Amino acid sequence: MSDLHEPVSEDAAARIIHTASIVPAPLVIRGGGTRSLVPNDEQHDVLSSARLSGIVSYNPAEMTMTAKSGTPLADILAVLSEKRQMLSFEPSDLRPVLGTTGTPTIGGVFATNASGPRRFIAGAARDNLLGVRFVNGSGEIVKAGGRVMKNVTGLDLAKVLAGSRGSLAFLTEVTFRLLPVPETSATIVISGLDDAQATAAMATALSMSVEVSGAAHLPETVRGHFIDGALPAQPATVLRLEGLSASVAVRSEKLQAAMAAFGLVSTLDPGMTDRLWGEIRDVRPYADQTERPLWRVSVAPTAGHQLVAALRLETGVDAFYDWQGGLVWLRMEADAEAGLLRHFVKAVGGGHATLIRAPAAMLAATPILQPEPDAVAALSARIKAKFDPKGIFRSGQVG
Amino acid sequence: MPDKIAFLPPKKSVLDRRDIIVADLSDLLPKGCLVSEPRGLVPFETDAFIAYRNVPLAVALPETTAQVAAILKYCSRYDIPVVPRGAGTSLSGGAIPQSDAVVIGLSKLSRILDVDYANRTATVQAGVTNLNISEAVSADGYFYAPDPSSQLACTIGGNIGMNSGGAHCLKYGVTTNNLLGVKLVLFDGTIIDLGGKALDAPGLDLLGLVCGSEGQLGIVTEATVRLIAKPEGARPVLFGFQSSEEAGSCVAEIIGTGIIPVAIEFMDKPAIEICEAFAHAGYPMDVEALLIVEVEGSEAEMDAMLASIIAIAGRHGVSTIRESQSANEAALIWKGRKSAFGATGRIADYICMDGTVPLSQLSYVLRKTGEIVARHGLRVANVFHAGDGNMHPLILYNINDPEDAARAEEAGNEILKLCVDAGGCLTGEHGVGIEKRDLMLHQFAQVDLDQQMTVRAAFDPHWIMNPSKVFPLEGRPAA
Repeated sequence: MSDLHEPVSEDAAARIIHTASIVPAPLVIRGGGTRSLVPNDEQHDVLSSARLSGIVSYNPAEMTMTAKSGTPLADILAVLSEKRQMLSFEPSDLRPVLGTTGTPTIGGVFATNASGPRRFIAGAARDNLLGVRFVNGSGEIVKAGGRVMKNVTGLDLAKVLAGSRGSLAFLTEVTFRLLPVPETSATIVISGLDDAQATAAMATALSMSVEVSGAAHLPETVRGHFIDGALPAQPATVLRLEGLSASVAVRSEKLQAAMAAFGLVSTLDPGMTDRLWGEIRDVRPYADQTERPLWRVSVAPTAGHQLVAALRLETGVDAFYDWQGGLVWLRMEADAEAGLLRHFVKAVGGGHATLIRAPAAMLAATPILQPEPDAVAALSARIKAKFDPKGIFRSGQVG
Repeated sequence: MPDKIAFLPPKKSVLDRRDIIVADLSDLLPKGCLVSEPRGLVPFETDAFIAYRNVPLAVALPETTAQVAAILKYCSRYDIPVVPRGAGTSLSGGAIPQSDAVVIGLSKLSRILDVDYANRTATVQAGVTNLNISEAVSADGYFYAPDPSSQLACTIGGNIGMNSGGAHCLKYGVTTNNLLGVKLVLFDGTIIDLGGKALDAPGLDLLGLVCGSEGQLGIVTEATVRLIAKPEGARPVLFGFQSSEEAGSCVAEIIGTGIIPVAIEFMDKPAIEICEAFAHAGYPMDVEALLIVEVEGSEAEMDAMLASIIAIAGRHGVSTIRESQSANEAALIWKGRKSAFGATGRIADYICMDGTVPLSQLSYVLRKTGEIVARHGLRVANVFHAGDGNMHPLILYNINDPEDAARAEEAGNEILKLCVDAGGCLTGEHGVGIEKRDLMLHQFAQVDLDQQMTVRAAFDPHWIMNPSKVFPLEGRPAA
C-alpha cells in the first residue's frame, strides 16, 4: 500500500524527500492529479503539493505573483480577475478530456508547461515563469530565477523545470508574470475551408499587422461541439483579436476584408469569443467520455494538415488545429498508432507527439512521450541525474 | 579597493604544448581559418568589457558546424579551455579569453539559411548579426524582435549566449522567448538539434537552459528564430520630467494601469546631454529625466494608448511632451538612445551595470545609485529599459588611472548589490561573464549555485567551455 505525503511546509517536503533518497524509495510527485495519466501501478508513495497552498505575494503594479505550488489555479484566477489581470498563456483544464477529478494547481500548470491558444503570441507557461523554489532529489531546497522580467543571472533552471512533469524536482513555490486582461476581444470566423485552405488563411492572417492572438481551425467533425453549435455551418477557421476597443474594431475590419478572399466571414462578440477559446484550450470536442486514444501533436504550423492528411489514408482519425495549425489534437478511432503517427511527424518536417489519453492496456504498451535522438536522451538523462541522483522521482503527468 | 577579477590560472600542460596545438588545429581547419600570430590575436584579447584582457592561445574561425565539432572534440580530448565568441560586444567580459584558451569565433558562420514566412521563422548561422535578420525580412513586412543596442554588430550566437534583450523586449520578450531551435555542438564534438519550427519541443527544455548559458553548455552554430509581422505604425514620444523620481513613478503607473507600450526607455540628464550632443535627436535639454515611450499599431490604437499615457504622465508632473512628427524624427529619437553607450565612450571610459529591479523600487534605486557613485567621487549617466526595470547606470571613469578604475568597480559592485537587495537581480540582459561572477553569492546561496553547476557539468563534465565565467572560482566542484 502506498503512502500519501502532504507536507505543509517546504522544510517538511525536504525531509520527506531526503528520507526517500536515503532508502532510496520512489516518489510520485502530484499537484492536483488532474493531468495524471499513468496509473500508480507499482504503488509508489505519492508526494502531493495539496497543502502547500496560498498566494505569497501579489503586486498588481509589477504584474508578478508568487504562489505556493499547490495553490488551486482557480484561486489564482479569481484574485487576478479582481485586478483585471490574467495568465497570458491560458493554461488548459484537461479534466473533462482525461476524465480526472481533483483541483488543478499552479505548480501542476508549470510542471506540465500547460499553454493555450495565445501561445504563439504570449509564449508558453515556461516563458512566463520568472522564478522557482524547489526541493531536488537529495532533499535540498534550491531557488532559481527571481521575480523580475529580465534576468540572465546564472543558468535558467526555471526553464528546465517548466514542463519537466515532476521528473526533476518537487516545486514548492513559483513566481510568474501577469498581463492585463484585454479591454475587449472579437473572433473572425471564416466558414467552409478545408484543412489546407484554412492553413493558408491562417498564415495570411498572421502575416498581417493585426496582432491575431488565436488562430484555430475546427473541421466540420468538431465544429458543432463548440459554443453549443453556434458556429455557422461548415468548417470554421477562427481568428481572435484582443486589445483596446478602438483598435480591435479597426483591426477586425482589416482582417475581415482580407479573409473574405478565402471564404464566408462572420464575427463573434466578446462573450462568445471567451467561451470559444476556452473550449479550444480545453479540447472540448474530445471531452467525449471515452478512452479513445488522444494525441497532442506539435509540428510546424503549415505541417499540421499535411500530417493529418497522410494519416487519414492509413487509419481512422479525427483532428482539429490550434496555434495556426501547429498544435494538432488528434483522436484515433481505434489503435493509438504511435509508430505510424511518429513516422508521419518526422516525414512532415519533425515535431513531437504525446499520447495524453488511451485505455490502460494501450497506455502501458505505448511510448507516450516522443522518443528523443540518442544524444539528446543521454544529455537529458545526465541532467535528470544532477537534480535527482538516486532517481527517486517517478513522472506520471502529461498535458 | 576590490581585487582584480581573477581568471583561472592557465594550465602549464596546455601552454607548453602551444606549438603542437596550433599545428593540430590548423590541420582541422581550412586555410585562413586559424589565427595564431601574436599580432593577429590582439583583436581577440578582450570584448566590450575593456578593463580586462588576455591574449588567447589561438583563435579558430570555423566555416562549418563540422569544423566546430572537430575543434571541440580535439580540445576536449586534450583538456584545452575553449571560449566561444560572437562579435565580441559583451559588456560583462563573457568573450574575454584566458591565455590557455582556444577562442572559437563565429564570424565565418554568417549565412541566412532559410526564411519561412508561412511559419514565420528564420534559420540562420550563429555568426549572422542581429540586425541582419531584421534587414533580410524587412521588405516583406517582418522583423526579429530582440534589439540590443549593439545589434549592428552583435551576432545571434552571442545573443543566445547572453539571452540578450533590448528596448523593445517589454512587449516582445527577450531572446529566449523568440528562439525556436538551435544546432548545438557539445564539449566533445557531439552535434545535437534542439527544437525547430514547431512551437515547443519534446522532453526537457534544453533549449531554455542553453539560452543565456554564456557559452558554457556548448557552441550554437545555427538558430531558428521567430519572425513577427511589423506593426502598422510605431510612434516614439518624449516625456520630460523635472526629477528622476517623477519619471520612475510614472513608469510604474503606466505598467500598473495595464498599458504595455512596446518600449519605455529612461535617460537622466547626463545621458540626455551625452546622447543629444552625439545624435542631435531633439531631446529636451531643460529636463532632469526623459522617457521615450513607444506605442505601435494602427493610428487609432496609438492615439488611444497615448491619450492614456499622457494622462498618467500629467499626474506625475511631466513638463515636456513631444511626439515624433515623421519617420525621420522617430529614427533620430531611437538613434540617440541606441548610441548611448558609444556616445558615452567618446567622453569617458565607463562600466555599464545591468541590474534589474521590481518597478516599485525604480525611484529608490536610482536615488541610491546617485549617492553611491557620488560617494566614490565619480559621475554616472543612467539610460535604461525602464518598462521592465532593467537599469543601466554608466559609471564614468578614467581607465588609465588605476585608483579611478578600482573606485568604479567598487561603486558598480555596490549598485548591483543594491539591485539584488531591492528584490532584483545582478544582470537583466548582459550576462554574468567575469564582471559579476564574484557577486553571485549575493544573489544565490551556495546550494543554488551548486545545483546550477551540477547541471552545467551535465553538459561539460570537465569544465572546458568558457570556464572562468559565471560561477565564482571558489566553491566549484572538485575536478
